[in-house]
Amino acid sequence: MTEFLPPALILIAAALLIGPARGHLRSAIILLAPLATLWAIWQVPDGVITTATFLDYQIEPVEGSALRRLFATIFALMAFVGGLYSFRQARWYELASGYAYAAGAIGVSFAGDLITLFLFWELMALFSTVIVWCGGTPEARAAGMRYAVMHLLGGIILKVGIEGIVIHTGSIDIRPMLATNFDTWMILIGILINAAAPPVSAWLADAYPASSPTGSVFLSAFTTKTAVLALILLFPGETVLIWIGIYMIMYGIIYALLENDARRILAYSIVNQVGFMVCAIGIGTQMALNGAAAHAFAHIIYKGLLFMSAGVVVYRTGKSKCTDLGGLFRTMPLTTICGIIGALSISSFPLTSGFTTKTLISQAAVDEGLVTVYFLLAAASAGVFLHAGIKFPWFVFFQKDSGLRPKDAPWNMAVAMVIFSALCIFMGVFPELFYQFLPYATDYQAYTPGKVVFYLQLLLFSGLAFFLLLPLMKRTLTITLDTDWLWRVFMHRLADFASRAISLAGAAIAAGATAALAKLGAIGRRHMGMSPARDHRGVFARTWPIGTTALWIAILLSAYLLVYFVS
Amino acid sequence: MNDNPENDSWLVRPGSIRLLWRVLWAVLALTVLAQLLIKVKGYFGVDDWIGFGAVFGFLSCLAMVLVAKFLGIFLKRKDDYYRVEDHDD
Repeated sequence: MTEFLPPALILIAAALLIGPARGHLRSAIILLAPLATLWAIWQVPDGVITTATFLDYQIEPVEGSALRRLFATIFALMAFVGGLYSFRQARWYELASGYAYAAGAIGVSFAGDLITLFLFWELMALFSTVIVWCGGTPEARAAGMRYAVMHLLGGIILKVGIEGIVIHTGSIDIRPMLATNFDTWMILIGILINAAAPPVSAWLADAYPASSPTGSVFLSAFTTKTAVLALILLFPGETVLIWIGIYMIMYGIIYALLENDARRILAYSIVNQVGFMVCAIGIGTQMALNGAAAHAFAHIIYKGLLFMSAGVVVYRTGKSKCTDLGGLFRTMPLTTICGIIGALSISSFPLTSGFTTKTLISQAAVDEGLVTVYFLLAAASAGVFLHAGIKFPWFVFFQKDSGLRPKDAPWNMAVAMVIFSALCIFMGVFPELFYQFLPYATDYQAYTPGKVVFYLQLLLFSGLAFFLLLPLMKRTLTITLDTDWLWRVFMHRLADFASRAISLAGAAIAAGATAALAKLGAIGRRHMGMSPARDHRGVFARTWPIGTTALWIAILLSAYLLVYFVS
Repeated sequence: MNDNPENDSWLVRPGSIRLLWRVLWAVLALTVLAQLLIKVKGYFGVDDWIGFGAVFGFLSCLAMVLVAKFLGIFLKRKDDYYRVEDHDD
């Protein structure tokens, strides 16, 4: 097979058809298109499959490999379950944007060259912004605008890097590189912005919780994980990523601990989990890259699940603040159980997908002898249980009785959550079935008695810490300042200050100028010898009587005649 | 809302909460005692001590909560902070 249409085109077509289609036809498109995409993804063999010419460059829209198929698979799966979750509740343009967004992610997964990658990258930026706007509130509109600016900026930086690579190497191939010069740094920074790396991690927790209950499910999956894939393809073993990853892990925990909004807690924990993957890519061994890919796969499922359970709560109650919620387990048993399964998975509890994928990363740190990294990852695992594993379900479904008695999830949302819950447990119980799809062959044993005991101790004592420290974690009606304060407040203040300074300076200059002119005028009048009392104006500015003018003309004419007759 | 907790769900009755705490302590003790039978493979010397995971997990969480609390002193704002700021312009 030589020519192969990009699997992403199926979802793009679906996105275009969702609008005009009505009723059952629309539902059929929403549910069948991701499955057709999934089928197409598994028809893509290894190597460059399709080539085309674009602006004199030989581009490769479809290149297959185990890693690329793995990411494309989870993106298509996410589109299917996300579509199922939202097709009866979300507006059609949100669904269409969600599918176009997923198509972008799948397009990036199979992109064989930097130009194709960039085009699909921007497609994602465009339609994810629309999803944020679909939140419909003034906050969502403002957050969407900030989100768009951030991602367009990231896109430009990425483009600068790509153009530099094209000019300096003449090649648009996607191949491993290290951040050694300006071009590669620009590409790395462009990708890291999408990965919500510091110092701009704030865009994620700003935008995602502003979207609709269904929109945040789509948003949680694609942007950061395509960035992870791009990092695996382009920067495996770039050691700076280890420390960027560790920073993201700790940032996510600290901010989530301080946060009051349930969906924002989950947003911070995306940064935290992507930190694990970024750190693994920095380690860069086969074990580590397997870990990053596997963890991204598992993460999309359990994070989608967590956002779904939070989404049901928002959909049913219209509230997302921990201070307003609590006690919902009474009337939402299914949502509670699914939320808890997602929470246990993100905490890498044994028998869940988080355990079988995150321990790959810890093992990679052990194999490379990275003592500090290993212990920080272990501490972070405890911290994840603290901020997401217990905090999220506790404050939303238990803690106090908020008096709310909402109905449980609508059937389609319930089925979507059950599918993802089942996958979390399936991947946790049968890891070998999943490991065979990883980019590198591995004989890693997820379950050894010692490892299970170690993680049970680590996690259960974190649980103890949570309940003993509950008084310290009382929820308050607060937000936590982040670097986005710099452009949301500081820049405004700076602009205010600058405009005030400029107007002050302008006034001073104007006053000085008036004074100087007055002085000059006085000098002029003194030297021209005019009495200010008779006429303030200068000699040539005065109005002259018409008679004087006539006299002057008569004199000139007489002079002319005289000269004429004489000569 | 129920005024009498005995009529509410089993999970929130004072008796069951006491029971759950006892179960938690028992499970915690078991996970540490399990190390007498199951060898936890240490990679870096200290991590095969009895109860290392327990102590490490607990102290890590304590440290993170305290760091968060400390940073919160400087970084926490009322949750309408940005809404008020946005009205400025």
